[in-house]
Amino acid sequence: MSTALGWLAAVGLAAGLVMGFGVAPREVTQGNVQRIMYLHVPAVWVAYLAFAVGVAGSIAYLAGRRPGADRLAHAACEVGTVFLGVNIATGAIWGKPTWGTWWTWDARLTSVAVVFVMFVAYLLLRQAIEDRERAARYAAVLSIVAALNIPLVHFSVYWWRTLHQPPSLLKPGSSTMPPEIVAALLVNFAALALLGAYFVTRRARLLAAEEEALA
Amino acid sequence: MVAAESLIRVAGLARVFGAQRVLDGVDLDVAAGEAVALLGPNGAGKTTLLKIVATLLRPTRGRATVAGYDCVREAEAVRALLGVIAHGTHVYEDLTAHENLVFWARLAGRSADRPPLAGALADVDLERHADARVRTFSAGMRRRLALARLGLGQPRVLLLDEPFAGLDQRARKWLEGRLEAFKAGGGALLMATHSFGRELGIADRIAILAGGRVALDTPRAGLGPEDVQRLYVAHTEDGS
Amino acid sequence: MAWKDLLVERRSKETLNALLFFSLALLFVFQFALGPDRERLAAVLPGLLWLGFILSGVLGLGRSFLVERENDCWEGLLLTPGDKSAIYLGKLAGSLALMLVVEALVLALFVLFFNVDLGPALPGLALVIVLGTLGVAAVGTLFAAMTAQVRARELLFPVLLLPVLVPVLLGTVQVTEALLLRESLAGVAHWLKLLVAADVVYLTIGLLTFDVILEG
Repeated sequence: MSTALGWLAAVGLAAGLVMGFGVAPREVTQGNVQRIMYLHVPAVWVAYLAFAVGVAGSIAYLAGRRPGADRLAHAACEVGTVFLGVNIATGAIWGKPTWGTWWTWDARLTSVAVVFVMFVAYLLLRQAIEDRERAARYAAVLSIVAALNIPLVHFSVYWWRTLHQPPSLLKPGSSTMPPEIVAALLVNFAALALLGAYFVTRRARLLAAEEEALA
Repeated sequence: MVAAESLIRVAGLARVFGAQRVLDGVDLDVAAGEAVALLGPNGAGKTTLLKIVATLLRPTRGRATVAGYDCVREAEAVRALLGVIAHGTHVYEDLTAHENLVFWARLAGRSADRPPLAGALADVDLERHADARVRTFSAGMRRRLALARLGLGQPRVLLLDEPFAGLDQRARKWLEGRLEAFKAGGGALLMATHSFGRELGIADRIAILAGGRVALDTPRAGLGPEDVQRLYVAHTEDGS
Repeated sequence: MAWKDLLVERRSKETLNALLFFSLALLFVFQFALGPDRERLAAVLPGLLWLGFILSGVLGLGRSFLVERENDCWEGLLLTPGDKSAIYLGKLAGSLALMLVVEALVLALFVLFFNVDLGPALPGLALVIVLGTLGVAAVGTLFAAMTAQVRARELLFPVLLLPVLVPVLLGTVQVTEALLLRESLAGVAHWLKLLVAADVVYLTIGLLTFDVILEG
């Protein structure tokens, strides 16, 4: 199954590139740099999708204690963290030429950064505990805390920024986006989601293999 | 041969730590009123086995049950029947003996009134030290306090990890007496130990753990310390 | 459990002293780092105050189960039959009491050193301090139990706790700022609601999952 996903993902990525560079219009003020948005935005969507899967896996694990659920949770959270990292990195790369700065404490960036650190902590916790079963239990609880904390983080950061300065005008895309842009975003989202799913299944399989080798 | 009322039953137990296979198919039974001494070299897995029966660790394979309750799935029921004396003393240094008992009693949801606790302390000959901080206690006194704590719960199974270590002659005799009384009351006892001498006196059987398995399981009656030593060396030579 | 922790603490006074001196040291550092400019200090005061609270909270909570570890009682806790949430609440109550005492003293020191006039802001301040500290302690106790047996716990614990506490930090600082500027609480009502929501979430998760953590 993961090979099928892999091929689908490859196709999807190709389609995404075509959409991003060919079909979507060139942005007026920023030029071609803006096209990085087609990686940047879908990456964060996929990341949150991955975290949702991860938390679902964690809850399933706590309920049924099936190791497969935990491997899924572990893999999904890992992949989600990677995609979030991609999001942050592409955001910085995009920001430098357009905003003149690598980083700014606007609402979106800050909350994404906090979520990123939370899930990096998740990965660190998993690494720090040697006993596989205990690591699974603790990590599951942590991921639930992190997931429930995400809305709190978003709200608090958003309120924090909007009370002190007007919302950043440099959000990717305005409220009415031309259909080509929307289409390109969606195609890239699908492509990245497929890529993410491919990574998750490969990672879960790798985790299973590691366990087998030890047992 | 399995006694009808095996209080502790271990079957096919295996436990892996990282890349190390510490237990690899252990079978053991302890009946009510029986005491089994677990012998083996360091790292043989005695403590691991005890921990699994004590519900503190999960086995990688196999099953352990206490009075019919599965140690993994029905851990709470098992814990209610257990008394454990391990390397850790489970007592707080800065509290007095009495306060320690109050804490552990309340934590277990039992009554913390003075009379039963004072009785428990008297049982272990510590009532004169009831209001002294544990920090000032000797090893023997701490062991006695641990037993007093156990006594409150009236366990049916005792798991002991080198219970006689660090005790002087008088304390040892006292502990033997208490353990005999426990056996007479129908309790089952599983004890890990390093010594071949007097401490084995209360054991009805000895089991030698080597290579992750029970290399030998034999009644102790009629075996002197040298016999035990001989058997030990014979069965652990190739294991370790 | 809370009774036991407070008793141990009263006897040894380790944690209380450590936290107090830590906060004192922080105060000095703040003063030196920011210079004598009164206006600048007033502007960052809420942030500094909560920075101090949270840092000492992280320090104190990280040691939550130190007593158990030192005395080898961790297994004893695991072996206790019955509902483990009582242990969670007990630890939480103990930590909370300790933290509130330290915070009250630090607040007094702040008033002294930075010449702040609290006056009518005091009841509101008390409320936000309790709400904030409750949230910190609720997650902190849970995470402390998780990292109690881990080798790198001194490093891992703050890394786990601090990002999760971002909403609480933001909320408390905003409310404190409003209070010190004598603004009405109505303007920061949404922050208070956020703090309450956070407290509820953390407490609930703690109560529900502590059993799982103490399984072994």
